[in-house]
Amino acid sequence: MKELFETLRFYFEYPFVQYAMIVGLLIALCSSLLGVTLVLKRYSFIGDGLSHVAFGAMSVAIVVGIADRMIIILPVTVAAAILLLRTGQNAKIKGDAAIAMISVGALAIGYMLINVFSKSANVSADVCSTLFGSTSILTLTKNEVLLCIGMSVIVILVFLLFYHKIFAITFDQDFAMATGIRANVYNFMIAVVTAFIIVLAMNLVGSLLVSALIIFPALSAMRIFKSFRNVIICSAIISVACAGVGLVLSILFSTPVGSTIVTADLAVFFLFSLVSFIMRKAAK
Amino acid sequence: MSVQLKCRSAAIGYDGKAVIKNIDFQVSSGDYLCILGENGAGKTTLMKTLLGLIPLIGGELEFCGNMSKSKIGYLPQQTPVQRDFPASVSEIVLSGCLSRCGIRPYYKAKEKELALSIMKRLSIEKLSSCCYRELSGGQQQRVLLARALCAARKMLILDEPVTGLDPRAAHEMYELISTLNRNDGTTIIMISHDVNAVQYATHILQIGRTQLFFGEKQKYLESSVGMSFLQNIDTEAFI
Repeated sequence: MKELFETLRFYFEYPFVQYAMIVGLLIALCSSLLGVTLVLKRYSFIGDGLSHVAFGAMSVAIVVGIADRMIIILPVTVAAAILLLRTGQNAKIKGDAAIAMISVGALAIGYMLINVFSKSANVSADVCSTLFGSTSILTLTKNEVLLCIGMSVIVILVFLLFYHKIFAITFDQDFAMATGIRANVYNFMIAVVTAFIIVLAMNLVGSLLVSALIIFPALSAMRIFKSFRNVIICSAIISVACAGVGLVLSILFSTPVGSTIVTADLAVFFLFSLVSFIMRKAAK
Repeated sequence: MSVQLKCRSAAIGYDGKAVIKNIDFQVSSGDYLCILGENGAGKTTLMKTLLGLIPLIGGELEFCGNMSKSKIGYLPQQTPVQRDFPASVSEIVLSGCLSRCGIRPYYKAKEKELALSIMKRLSIEKLSSCCYRELSGGQQQRVLLARALCAARKMLILDEPVTGLDPRAAHEMYELISTLNRNDGTTIIMISHDVNAVQYATHILQIGRTQLFFGEKQKYLESSVGMSFLQNIDTEAFI
């Protein structure tokens, strides 16, 4: 036990581990905040869809050879998010089908571009690390950390300032619009913020596991808590705790960061399901 | 009895295509208008146009006096999303006050008091910390009605308010709406295909691809349109 703490202290003296911790916790916090709304609006898969779009955009950036890939990834993902959350309202292609279509399409094109044009020798390792996020969180630069902190502050501010409006349009968009809430503006805002978080979270857990960060804390919290406010608070706590534990474990046992965090989330989900089951039994 | 809403030869529909043309009616304060029509007749389209959720295609729709679109309380039909939504009753009722907040990000004590008094009025104040998804259908409708009243007390638009309720809860809902109309002077516009809705109304508008009838209830009951509609439903109920 003592050895483990020693190892941990040893690792935490490195700035890159500190960076990973800061970024990881912030992303976990932001994605859980949005996750509740997205899950309730039946957009659980948007994380998956958008991260594939981001992957496609990243392939383009790699092929074109731009140093700062964010210049391409962010606008493309934001555009896709707006498109997806819009089509949900007056859809010729329904929400889930639209997400599936865009996500699979972007993934296919992205992989093809990388495969055909990439100069890197080890294509499958490149793809694997973008999809599963292997170690890229441990290679963050100071600027990326600052970017992440900035974006997180924006997300949290948006959430605090528009909390009641987000609740209203999540619960009942038609009613909100009928009483003069500009639901389209807030949907647009949620779409943009979602895209930002997903691009950020890709660095942490990779595209494939982004959905998990968004949906698991929200679903776990909904097992037990019964008011919107408590669900949000609880899901934020779960998410941050799981990210923290997952990061530490992955450092100690050198497991993949993303998978470890998601496994922690999954464990909490089962724990909460069990507790809610017992609570319901006890109530009867 | 001041006129609150005038609709003159209005055309309504989606995407610029009219579903119904030439709708003429008006609503005065204290009226209880029941909009009847079979499924697919265009009732919901009319209601969404009244609420400003979809644009009017032709004709005129005018709010008179101190009435405006944002002063309408709205009781929508429940969506599947809401049935398992984790929210407490007080959170939902308070969200009706949101348009009073403007850009202010929180509720003031005044709005919380308003929500509480309305919850008392509908006798759901004991449920205020309960979870919405665990309530009965009748209680859920009361919660949504309370939210609508928080938004506006002059005029309420109700979309099939008794759908999915058992007969007793449906009766209670109708009684409650009726007392709001008689005692509080709230103007009611109710959309329904339920024949029981007619008995509480003062005015009837019946549509079915075109406007079939508009006028006072007594005249409706004597009209051929009214007789055939009520009779149809009666016989359907027996089958």
